[in-house]
Amino acid sequence: MSDTPLKVTPLKVTPLNAAHIALGARMVEFAGYSMPVQYPDGVMKEHLWTREHCGIFDVSHMGQARLRGVSPLSAFEDVVPGDFIGLKPGRQKYSVLLNKKGGIIDDLMAGRPISPDGTHDDGLFVVVNGACKDNDFKVIDDELAGQVQIDRLEDRALIAVQGPEAAAVVQGLVPATADMVFMDIRSMPGFGTDLIISRSGYTGEDGYEISVPATKAVRVWNLLLTDERVRPIGLGARDSLRLEAGLPLYGHDLDTTVSPVEAGLTFAINKNRREQRDFPGAARIVAELAEGPARVKVCLRVLEGAPAREGAEVADDTGVIIGIVTSGGYSPCLKAGIALAFVPPAFKAPGTRLKVIVRGKPQAAEVVNSPFVPHRYVRKS
Amino acid sequence: MRFTKDHEWVTLEGDIATIGISAHAAEQLGDVVFVETPEVGKSFKAGDSFAVVESVKAASDVYAPISGEVVDANTVLGDAPETVNADPENGGWFAKVKVADAGEYDALMDRAAYEAFLATQ
Repeated sequence: MSDTPLKVTPLKVTPLNAAHIALGARMVEFAGYSMPVQYPDGVMKEHLWTREHCGIFDVSHMGQARLRGVSPLSAFEDVVPGDFIGLKPGRQKYSVLLNKKGGIIDDLMAGRPISPDGTHDDGLFVVVNGACKDNDFKVIDDELAGQVQIDRLEDRALIAVQGPEAAAVVQGLVPATADMVFMDIRSMPGFGTDLIISRSGYTGEDGYEISVPATKAVRVWNLLLTDERVRPIGLGARDSLRLEAGLPLYGHDLDTTVSPVEAGLTFAINKNRREQRDFPGAARIVAELAEGPARVKVCLRVLEGAPAREGAEVADDTGVIIGIVTSGGYSPCLKAGIALAFVPPAFKAPGTRLKVIVRGKPQAAEVVNSPFVPHRYVRKS
Repeated sequence: MRFTKDHEWVTLEGDIATIGISAHAAEQLGDVVFVETPEVGKSFKAGDSFAVVESVKAASDVYAPISGEVVDANTVLGDAPETVNADPENGGWFAKVKVADAGEYDALMDRAAYEAFLATQ
């Protein structure tokens, strides 16, 4: 057993830090914050609880901001490939911040929260990854100088409520959320405070992400925990849940060299934007859409031996190295090793037999459909 | 039973040492989902990477607490790696080793010393 060296850099804390410690969480450094990696239940139980019931996650380290300006939706399209001009009030969209070469600076959610009376402002509410947030907002500020004003919402916490019982839990406490569907976003009162709430998340389950004023975060967290269907879930299970859902994680499966086409995120490149070719790296991305990229993200199921983790090489069945695992681990639901890997498109078909090299040993693996575990988003019927 | 600062335990009967990871280590790891035990016939020096234990989240090396040649590995862990959590300091043993120098065993911490060491961590 090797000891992890202690971090000595002072860490930032979220408004829920004391609540995590009181719950017996094991705290680790993540994105410069002290964050709960697991609670006494442990990663396995927390993961399965979220798939069966309802888990709540502190994701307050993520970067929340409002973009305002004369036409912020149109301006935002200068840095992302999604159709934001066409984004309706009350809706949210997943997107990627792109560099000039079509590589991904970060992935994000951006939405237009609508109030219960139907009013909305023209701004965009944006949530980006914690580890990337300072750079993201600098990039947006540099690229859109004079067009948008970025109001970072550092005085707000963010709580994700996820799982098949999440809707019943949230709707019990905030009944007006009941008619929301996947990717709806509202600005509304709830839990005795003001919320920015979306029906979304990053586990593959139904659920909500709730932005609340930092001063009210503990109250909301504890109110959720009074429901016996709800348990706190750490970053360890958040990672294994998103992996089973086939969702990429920035800094692992996505980086500044990976394009959204390679990463299987073509749904985030809207048709009108493909035709307009007016987003960063459009030349590369449009060419990849037409001709296929040099490498693609695939889902691998490890058929024998140890889980294949980030950095493990991928070989074809003759032993030639063709790619690399960008995130991998053990799936508590499938009870097998699963991984996301990048390989040439010739190997992307589900059923293709490959090898993953773990500690020098080739182990059988198979390309499978994404996601590993079906998504259970609640869409419009 | 003796312990290392890397949280392995070892018992010695004659010249055969049985090796595993401590209850503290198993608790810290959380649910063990895979164990790679060493091959029978392989020789290790004390401190060599000897086995790998994996949780949902990470893989951790297990170091040989004592030098010697592997004579047996715990095949139960192949199908039931969770035995490491359920019974870390008995049924969850990793391997048996024919030791070269029993003096290495005597140099390791006894339980009281290990517990005192844990209290400093």
